[in-house]
Parts: sequence; C-alpha cells; structure tokens
Amino acid sequence: MRRCIVPLVTVSLLGLILAASVTDAINFYWQSVLMFMGINIILSTSLNLVNGNMGEFSCGHAGFMAVGAYVSSVLAVALFAPGGFLGGPYLPGYLTVFAFPLLLLAGGLAAAVTGLLVALPSFKTRGDYLAIITIAASYIIKSTIENVGAVGGARGFMGMAKITSAMTEVWNIPWMMLWVFAAVVFTLVVIRRYVSSTFGKGVDAVRQDEIAAEIMSVDTDRVKLVTFMLSSGLAGIAGGLFAFVLGYINPGSFTIIKSTEAMVMVYLGGMGSISGAALSAVAFTLLMEVLRPMQVGKWVIIPMMLILLMQFRPEGFFGHRELTDIFPGLRRLLGREESGK
Amino acid sequence: MALLDVVNLTRDFGGLRAVCEFETRFEGRELLGLIGPNGAGKTTVFNVVSGFYAPSAGEILFQGKSTAGLKPHKVTALGIARTFQNIRLWFDLSVLDNIRVSQYYHLEYGLWDCFLRTERYKRREAAIAANAHEILEALNLAEYAGELPKNLPYGLQRRVEIARALSVKPKLLMLDEPAAGLSSADVDDLIKLIGWIHKEFDLAIWMIEHQMDVVMKLCTRIQVIDFGQTIADGTPLEIQANPDVIKAYLGDDAI
Repeated sequence: MRRCIVPLVTVSLLGLILAASVTDAINFYWQSVLMFMGINIILSTSLNLVNGNMGEFSCGHAGFMAVGAYVSSVLAVALFAPGGFLGGPYLPGYLTVFAFPLLLLAGGLAAAVTGLLVALPSFKTRGDYLAIITIAASYIIKSTIENVGAVGGARGFMGMAKITSAMTEVWNIPWMMLWVFAAVVFTLVVIRRYVSSTFGKGVDAVRQDEIAAEIMSVDTDRVKLVTFMLSSGLAGIAGGLFAFVLGYINPGSFTIIKSTEAMVMVYLGGMGSISGAALSAVAFTLLMEVLRPMQVGKWVIIPMMLILLMQFRPEGFFGHRELTDIFPGLRRLLGREESGK
Repeated sequence: MALLDVVNLTRDFGGLRAVCEFETRFEGRELLGLIGPNGAGKTTVFNVVSGFYAPSAGEILFQGKSTAGLKPHKVTALGIARTFQNIRLWFDLSVLDNIRVSQYYHLEYGLWDCFLRTERYKRREAAIAANAHEILEALNLAEYAGELPKNLPYGLQRRVEIARALSVKPKLLMLDEPAAGLSSADVDDLIKLIGWIHKEFDLAIWMIEHQMDVVMKLCTRIQVIDFGQTIADGTPLEIQANPDVIKAYLGDDAI
C-alpha cells in the first residue's frame, strides 16, 4: 500500500495541474511559471549531482542546456515542421506526440556527449580548474552556435511552436505541461536511483576522500565521468524543454547568468540534497516572479541572499539532508528504509 | 608461487630516494612487520605496493603477476587492501555505506541496471549489503551500522577502517600504523583483533607499526628500514638484539 503513495500523489498532481490548465483555472502566465519551475527543478537537481554530491565546481550548466535545446529543436523542426528548414517535413505531424520524448532524449544524449568531451581533459584537475574549464566550454558552445548560420546564429532559432501546435491538433491538451512534468519525474527518479545505489554512493566517497575511494576499489575516473555525463545530459533535457516552452531560443539565453541561476538554486537548497535542490528551484522560480517588477534590481537581491546564506548557513537550507531526514514522519509515511539501517 | 614478491623496489621523489632496492616476499599467510624511524620510507613502500605510486625501478608480483601500470582500484580488486596512517574513512557516509562502497570492485551491474532496478541490480545490492552486515557483525560493529564515522570514538574508527579493508576480501591486508593514537587498553584489543583476523579470514597481514609491543607480539618476521635502506630482517628476537636497529632508533651514543 505504502509503495503506491508516491506514484499516486504524482499522478494526481499531474491530473490536477492538467485539469487546472485546461479549464483555465490557472491562467497562461501561471502555467508558464509552473513549466519554468519544472525546468529549473531539472537544472538544479542535475547540477547538484556534480556540485553537491561529487563536490566539484561546474559553472557551465547553461552550455549543456544550450546543446540540448538546439539539438532537440533543430531535429524537431527539420523532421516535422512544414515548409522550410532542410526541405522537410519528412514525417507527418501527428507523430510528434510520440516522437517528442525521443527528441528530448536526443538533446540530452548530445549534451551528455558534450559533457564527456569537457570532462575528459578536466580529469587531471579539480576544484577551481574544473570551474574554469566548464566556463570556457560553455563559452565555446555559445560562440559556436552564434557562428552557425544554418541554425540562425546570433539571431536565434524558432519554429518550435509548429511542433507544439501539431501536438495539440492530435489532442487538445497542454502538452508542454505534460512533458515538463514527465521530465521532472524522470529526472528525480533517475537521480534518486543513481545516488542511492552503491554505484552512486561512490560519488559521495569521491567527494569525501578521493584517494581513499581509489584505494578502496572505486573506479574514481569512471564515477566522475558517469556523474558528469548524467548531469550534463539532464541539463540537455531541461534545455530541450526550455526551447519548446518558449518557442524561440538564441545563444543569448544560455549565458553565464543562466549557469549562475542553476548554481544559486543548488547552493540555496543545500548541496547533495535532491529534495533541497528541487524545493529551492521552486522557491527560486517564485522569487524571480515576485521580484520581476524590480527588473535588473533582482540581480542585486538574489546575490545578496546568497552572500547572507554563505555567511549564516553555508551548507544551504538542507545541507546534505533530504526532506525525509528532516521530517522522519514523512519517511514512515512513504515506507522508506532509513539509510544505512 | 609466492603471494607477494617485491623485487628490488626503488622509488625516487625528484632527487630523493625514498625507498632503495627494497625486497620482501610473502610465501603464504604470514604476518610480517615493517618498522623504522619516522621518514624511513615505510608508507612509501605501502603506497607503491597499493599502486598509488609507480615504482621508479623494480617489480611487484602479486600471485605471480606484475601489478605494474595498474590503477590502485585494480590492484585492490586483485586482493590487496590497506588502511591508512591517519584514518581515511568517508566520515559523512554511514558505517554501513562505507563498507558497501568499498565493494565497488564486484558491483557486477551497470548504469542501466541501476536506473531500471533490474533483477541483477537487486540481487547484487542485496549480496553487497549482506556481505557488509556480515563483516560488521564479525567485527562487533553491527550496532554502529547506521552511525556516521565522524561521530564514533577514535578506536572504533580504526576498527571500521579495518572492516572496510576486509570488505575487499583481501588476500593481503596492509595495516599502516593501526595502533597510532590508541590508548593502551585499545592497543591490547587491537592486538587480539589482528591476531583473530589473521586466523579467521585466512589472509596475509603486513603491518607498519611504531609500538614495539604490537609488532613483537604479532609478527613472525620483521623488516627494518632506515632512509629507504633495509637494515635488518629477522624474527622479533633477532631484531630486538640487532645493533643496527638500535642505532637507527636511538642514535650512535646509545651503544
């Protein structure tokens, strides 16, 4: 019975959100806030794998997001959009309903491969140097896209709206809401399964003492590589969703500011805590909306919050603890085993 | 075939020869000691044998095969486990998780098994957890399974580190100053524990130790090194009477 609680709550939450969107109980503005919230959850929990669990310092999350965004939208527009790009469409519009998750995964895969290319040279380095390498890599990605005329260069790329409208022609529901929700669930399940396995506990071991990990039979190079690829792959999926929710992307959407946002969410929530990273993504998205009237002023408030947080609670609100560690009652409700017992 | 054969091992750090033409040989399940003054190169020998440093010259044969070029985790997987002079547990992972992670060498499942929670994953994780509980039970650590090592007293941390090394199912266990920092009562327990592990787990033990009490009671043969050179090799009684050893420890004036 207890095993069913999580899936049951998840499905009813999805039903509630979809119903509310269809009936206009929540207006278009709040629908898009909800979708960006989901995208932010994916960004923050995936970055948390590297910056929190593995204790490295990656600052180029937006770069991987850009790879995912461009690969999935260019693929989608080339295959499905009527008239124009690369002489398509090659596939009928109704297939988008089925192909969309595959397009997202293709973007994620491309981002993961990019992550591999970034991680390989950074193996010999740690800490500050990885930060520099990831910043450099995200700049390379951004300027590469700016200089590829076929995908619009600095002007940006659009046409994703045709894909989303092809989906609504099949069945008129808020598809993007559904996909974002599904991707968030997918991300949380994948990350949770990863970090709770012995394989993934190796990531914590690497953070706490890499030499001891290597000596105690943990293949530390593999652990670092897999974790970095997983993190960047999930960022790629977030990027794909971002592209389709907005309907328009340009290289300027994936600057260091975007990477910083992801880092703020991780450090706000607590490093190494999935629920912390997810909840702080929710809080951060709402905060950004509340502070929207202040315009650029919000970039004074948010860094200020970060400074205060580092002063008074450097481990973040949750700090390597999960929601279930803070409310033991919740753990009992979910029927989860206590870690290590 | 010898279990471990260290032939002519030399290790340089820049212009410093930390270990010079060191030799040792484990025929079967011996319990050998490696002693010497501070900075003699004992831990360097351990670091080279465990694959952390490559030897500058010489060879290490484990069960007849050279370990040259193997990364430390591969060397460990062959059956060489070690503890550290200053305890290097993962202090923020539970005691049980410490023992689980160090069984990484026989995970035997891939990333997809982990994501999809396949039968293979469940079977392997169950086996790993069962192994871990068995080792904790054997070393009287079962009640601390859920604790974080950072919250345990020093003596117990030592014990957990030995348990973690045993979880690799080693054929050779290298202990780097296991008695360092222990109270005399804890040292007595440790001597019993090491003797018991040696018999119970049927493995060879190689121990660096400063406390003569421990080495003299446990080891069948002791090697002494000083400034990287092996200066004596023999039974505890021989070593105790060896003038070179006394000189290395106490200086020329002592004799």
